[in-house]
Amino acid sequence: METPLTANIQPGRRPPDIKAYRQAGGYRALREAVLKMRPEEVTQAVKDANLKGRGGAGFDAGLKWSFVPMGEKAAGPKYVAVNADEMEPGAFKDRLLMEGDPHQLIEGTALESYAIQADVAYIFLRREYHLAARLLQQAIAEAYDSGCLGQGILGSDYSLDIHLHISGGRYMSGEETGMLNAIEGRRANPRAKPPYPQVSGLWGNPTVVNNVETVCNLPHIVNNGAAWFRSLSLTAEGGTKIYGASGRVRRPGTWELPMGTPLRELVEEHAGGMQEGYRLRGIIPGGASTEFLTPAQLDVKMDFASVEAAGSRLGTGTIIVLDDRSCPVGMTLNLEQFFLRESCGWCTPCWGGLQYAVELLAGIEAGAGRMEDLDTLDSLAAMLAPGHTFCALAPGAAEPLGSALRYFREDFERHIREQRCPWSS
Amino acid sequence: MLSKEEMQEIEVEAARYETRQAAAIDAMRIVQDRRGWVSDEAVRDLAGFLDMSPAELDGVASFYNQIFRRQVGRHVIQVCDSVSCWLMGYEPLRERLIRMLGAGMGETTADGRFTLLPVVCLGACDRAPVMLVDEDLHTNIDPDQLDTILDKYR
Ligand SMILES: Cc1cc2nc3c(=O)[nH]c(=O)nc-3n(C[C@H](O)[C@H](O)[C@H](O)COP(=O)(O)O)c2cc1C
Ligand code: SF4
Repeated sequence: METPLTANIQPGRRPPDIKAYRQAGGYRALREAVLKMRPEEVTQAVKDANLKGRGGAGFDAGLKWSFVPMGEKAAGPKYVAVNADEMEPGAFKDRLLMEGDPHQLIEGTALESYAIQADVAYIFLRREYHLAARLLQQAIAEAYDSGCLGQGILGSDYSLDIHLHISGGRYMSGEETGMLNAIEGRRANPRAKPPYPQVSGLWGNPTVVNNVETVCNLPHIVNNGAAWFRSLSLTAEGGTKIYGASGRVRRPGTWELPMGTPLRELVEEHAGGMQEGYRLRGIIPGGASTEFLTPAQLDVKMDFASVEAAGSRLGTGTIIVLDDRSCPVGMTLNLEQFFLRESCGWCTPCWGGLQYAVELLAGIEAGAGRMEDLDTLDSLAAMLAPGHTFCALAPGAAEPLGSALRYFREDFERHIREQRCPWSS
Repeated sequence: MLSKEEMQEIEVEAARYETRQAAAIDAMRIVQDRRGWVSDEAVRDLAGFLDMSPAELDGVASFYNQIFRRQVGRHVIQVCDSVSCWLMGYEPLRERLIRMLGAGMGETTADGRFTLLPVVCLGACDRAPVMLVDEDLHTNIDPDQLDTILDKYR
């Protein structure tokens, strides 16, 4: 089984410097692209590869780039922004890629930039990733020193600057247009779409935003071709995927596996099943903003289309496992408290709705709930759902809330009947 | 007043963007790295330096949780309070910390040694529960080891 994304990653060891990275075949794809390929050919290769964005929404990467105005008459400058904010609770895959092989991300960023003919790329990194910041700074400096970045990259006439932007915090900074505002030195409120960033992004110029893992795939697609990339996957969506598991499993961790690996294999094989004395109650498949799946749904294939068909979303592909000794109401409360704290306050259904939902959930958890609170929570979940708010934070909050109310109804009702949390001693 | 070094560092960042304002968050980080926090006076000085109004810069500052607008202790402890850590023992960890330090969430110890803050998922969920002390990530924390962990932060 091929594992291109993690081939250079050895946990606990320093990542390869530029020399080691080049010895392992690094920057070959960039050289090939800037010297021998037209930008449109790079985009076409990525389209053919069927690379779905790994930031959570699964949007086709090549298709996204194809909206950027190209050619002599396209107004510049153009920008790439790499989303390295990774603040979704339960997500821990981009950290691995940045700490494990920073040059892979730099090369991928340069390839994406070449494809849309960007002048500048920003890597938008959350503040708390201090080690990743140091490693990326160093990798960027090495790349400049060896001609992989800067004026006339690798002897071509293409020039590119990559800057590391260290975020000021807040989950909203990872939302595509919130991030644009953050880079411009503003509050990370989202922007109205359209216009889409590919046409009018940073300072009104064409900008493409992609997730770290999405970008890390690019050198491999250029080196080995779209057909090879598609063959890595078990389904129609190309490539491998960095999956992960947290919670009371025997071996929490991350694994690079074929896209579409069944959830059961993740839980039972790679994560080693549940810890002694714990039973599986539910799974959040891809970070806090995805719906619970039940143990009856373990056979779902973990790609974007299949998890969506099962009623949830692949999201980040890092699963959160709920065990029978943790309270589902408490877990839902924790998730909604996160969304409330991170709401930017722009839209009333989001900010006000979450405030109300958290109050009710906290009441139920504390033993002061009433049965009609459950109806109110149902309608709040519907109000937070897509269509009522400016950005996807509120719909993200609705996913665990609505699904918890459905799958763990019995547990909610028991809290109310007994006027206490059955899990607290 | 901004020091010469601070101004130089901020200029390096400002050159990377189309506008000076874009360096606002970097500028506040640069000041915070040196002074521990961003005072009202620093906001006024930085606003002038970046061609912004102080109110506008303060509006930016107050959005971001990693920009400290109040004085913090010599060391900042940020405890992950998100879902994976919650499942793996965040609550007992938080309670022990509060008891040990005699300071609640958002507070600083009487001796000014530690400030305790909650933080969103630190992206190390397979090693939960976790916390950040200054720039060091501590993972798989057993509350009984807290003494040893914190001992090296004087
Ligand atoms: C509130 C919110 C937070 C987000 N945070 C992140 C993040 O930290 N990292 C990320 O890659 N995408 C995040 N996204 C998704 C981005 O908006 C965007 O879809 C993604 O970066 C696009 O990259 P991709 O097409 O490569 O997946 C977030 C979305 C929302 C609504
Ligand atoms: S949905 Fe929430 S986070 Fe998004 S813009 Fe509205 S208030 Fe802000």
